[in-house]
Amino acid sequence: MRAKRRNKMLLVLGLVALCAVAVGLTLYALRSNINLFFSPVQIAAGEAPVDRQLRAGGMVKEGSVHRDSDSLDVSFVVTDYVDDVEVRYSGILPDLFREGQGVVVVGELTGDGYIAADKVLAKHDENYMPPEVAEALEDAGYSPADYKQAGPGTSQ
Amino acid sequence: MLIKMIPEIGHYALIVALLMACVQAVLPLAGAATRRPLWMAYARPMAAGQLAFLLIAYGCLTASYMLDDFSVVNVANNANSLLPWYYKFSAVWGNHEGSVLLWSLILGVWTFAVGCFSRGLPPDMVARVLGVMGLVSVGFLAFVLITSNPFERSLPNIPADGADLNPLLQDVGLIIHPPMLYMGYVGFSVVFAFAIAALLGGRLDSAWTRWVRPWTNIAWAFLTVGIALGSWWAYYELGWGGWWFWDPVENASLLPWLAGTALIHSLAVTEKRGTFKSWTVLLAITTFSLSLMGTFLVRSGVLTSVHAFANDPSRGLFILVLLGITVGLSLLIFALRAPRVSQPGGFNWVSRDALLLVNNILLVVMTVTVLLGTVYPLLLDALNLGKISVGPPYFNALFVPLTVLLCVFMGLGPSARWKRMAGRELLTRLWIAGLGALVIGVAAPLVYTGQWNLKASLGLVAALWLVLSLVRDLWGKTSRAGSRLGALKRLTPAYWGMVLGHLGLAVTIIGVALVSNYSVERNVRMNVGDRVEVNGIGFHMTALDERRGPNYVSDAATIEVTREGASASFEMHPEKRLYIARGMPMTQVALRPGLFHDLYVAMGEELDDGSWALRVQIKPFVRWLWLGALLMAAGGIIAVADRRYRRRLSVREPEPVVTAREANAS
Repeated sequence: MRAKRRNKMLLVLGLVALCAVAVGLTLYALRSNINLFFSPVQIAAGEAPVDRQLRAGGMVKEGSVHRDSDSLDVSFVVTDYVDDVEVRYSGILPDLFREGQGVVVVGELTGDGYIAADKVLAKHDENYMPPEVAEALEDAGYSPADYKQAGPGTSQ
Repeated sequence: MLIKMIPEIGHYALIVALLMACVQAVLPLAGAATRRPLWMAYARPMAAGQLAFLLIAYGCLTASYMLDDFSVVNVANNANSLLPWYYKFSAVWGNHEGSVLLWSLILGVWTFAVGCFSRGLPPDMVARVLGVMGLVSVGFLAFVLITSNPFERSLPNIPADGADLNPLLQDVGLIIHPPMLYMGYVGFSVVFAFAIAALLGGRLDSAWTRWVRPWTNIAWAFLTVGIALGSWWAYYELGWGGWWFWDPVENASLLPWLAGTALIHSLAVTEKRGTFKSWTVLLAITTFSLSLMGTFLVRSGVLTSVHAFANDPSRGLFILVLLGITVGLSLLIFALRAPRVSQPGGFNWVSRDALLLVNNILLVVMTVTVLLGTVYPLLLDALNLGKISVGPPYFNALFVPLTVLLCVFMGLGPSARWKRMAGRELLTRLWIAGLGALVIGVAAPLVYTGQWNLKASLGLVAALWLVLSLVRDLWGKTSRAGSRLGALKRLTPAYWGMVLGHLGLAVTIIGVALVSNYSVERNVRMNVGDRVEVNGIGFHMTALDERRGPNYVSDAATIEVTREGASASFEMHPEKRLYIARGMPMTQVALRPGLFHDLYVAMGEELDDGSWALRVQIKPFVRWLWLGALLMAAGGIIAVADRRYRRRLSVREPEPVVTAREANAS
């Protein structure tokens, strides 16, 4: 009987330990892998951390996309019509990347004030506006109707 | 005249189906509770009738697509007169409304199948199972009719042509992926219904388990294939060469799969030993709830943003209420009735029971971590606590070690005996397999590339451990008989199913380990005449021209590929398409598949001087990912062929597994 009870005790202790480890690992993994979103206004105001992975987004400013002539390096400016932030990226841009459209970039803000992007995301739907971008634009004083009118072609 | 009325006929059939589902839900359940055979007898005919009318409704929607009836809003938004007929056919489920209708239709098919194959079951059980499935059907059909009517017209302003199907969905993979996935999702409703019926009836014996296991296996096999198809599609269609992105949409399908896998194993214990009963029931409820959540997350637009609720609040609210009712009600029934069906039974720490328990715990932990990573950002956003995204590193950091741990126990399981065995015996059986896996797994990366790689080794050791321990088990099982071949033939399909399932996972793990660690990717600028070399394989662009497809125009490159040392070359044709109706660009990848590596060339964008940015990749062992999934699914199906499931099932007492001493102890 005592052995039985000890076994049960061990079982409970084992389960608790397993749960604790699982929860600990999960929280650790979550904490180090969460990417917070920042709009250009927030970045200009210095709210965004430097040298830590983050997400940023807005509209690609008209006429701001520059491709290097030899390599696949590209730079462009993301704007929320109040502030701008420069993004540098090396590689192939997604199919739906266009000037005047919403994008989200994942990367690190460098000390020089530009974002070194590892990833550039434009959703697979030409009417899609990343919700973070839409909200950032609203916060910057543009209603969704505004940027629909101000869509591709007109620069603000 | 009749042709013009097709959408209305479909709408009408859908309403009739809903009414039949109501009858199927209410009468048999009430009949089973009050023991009225007549009421219970309504279940089967109603299931058949409901399926018939769902088929009519679904056929009408398909006909509207085929006939280019753009007065139907759904057709106008998702098809185009230029679309080839097979894509018109699959466009039916390439949108929210149509896919929910397909979901309901598949539920009708499963219900009907249960009605057909349940002759040996006690009538009150049949009535309860079909009744619960009827309830689910009522919820779904009401959802379709109230919030997502696919037959809505846009009279009198009929668009001249449709907006076309999203080009990403114009693909063979997408023709079969959703139906497979839904067969899996909805298939779990059968297990769910059986679980609720067992709780209501207060009876959960081994006959019940033998009943449920085939249905679970089949649903699980479909889901496995569905997920694999989705991953395969993402691989060649999105143009990035990734095969799993830990995207919420993918996670939504992985969640019920993980829970379903746990359920399959827990059912094994319940059948053989009569224990784990409440746990099995709880898993059945969880699996189906996760399936529901998956369907809704993907199809309701919740995932692109929580704020999609605001676009159509009624739809989002309906979803939440339906999910809440299903989960809440079934958990309530579980809480009230579970004590009735549970049965104590002891087992030792070294036993198959214990190993399967560990397997279940690990799978549930995996489910919870994925669920947390998927839902946490949504919750934070909904509560206005900030916008975050949880990236692949989170999932990899948790999922990979958990999978390796799971593999350790998976290797032990098949060789362990039920109830109890000496730890030393298990050790003597398996130490060679363990040592072999360790040596080969650690050495293989060294031989393969000349450089050691911890992650690749870890994956290989885990996979080899699975394979070798299975081989050892087969060896042991055939050693006592006269001839080994004869003994192999005598092994049951259930056992072979297990072997295939575990082998499949090993194959998938090898694929994951190698493709994640040894893929080569090069982004290059190329113009006609340019040549690049990647890992000794030469890629030479020989032509660049424009083509026209039925509903798109494209820039197509011709790339001549020469392998190192080989004189023969072959051509690859990547394209960049522009779909006319939507003005949407699309990358058409050129693939050279192979068992040991794929060559993958995708066109990026046109650069200023007329050259193109190209993504050239070599993906070793990537096919093994999906091959493994197919093996797993095959295992699930083969296990169903076991003779004991075909025996005429009579109601009988569970095997006496509780010895007097254990009964005392607990």
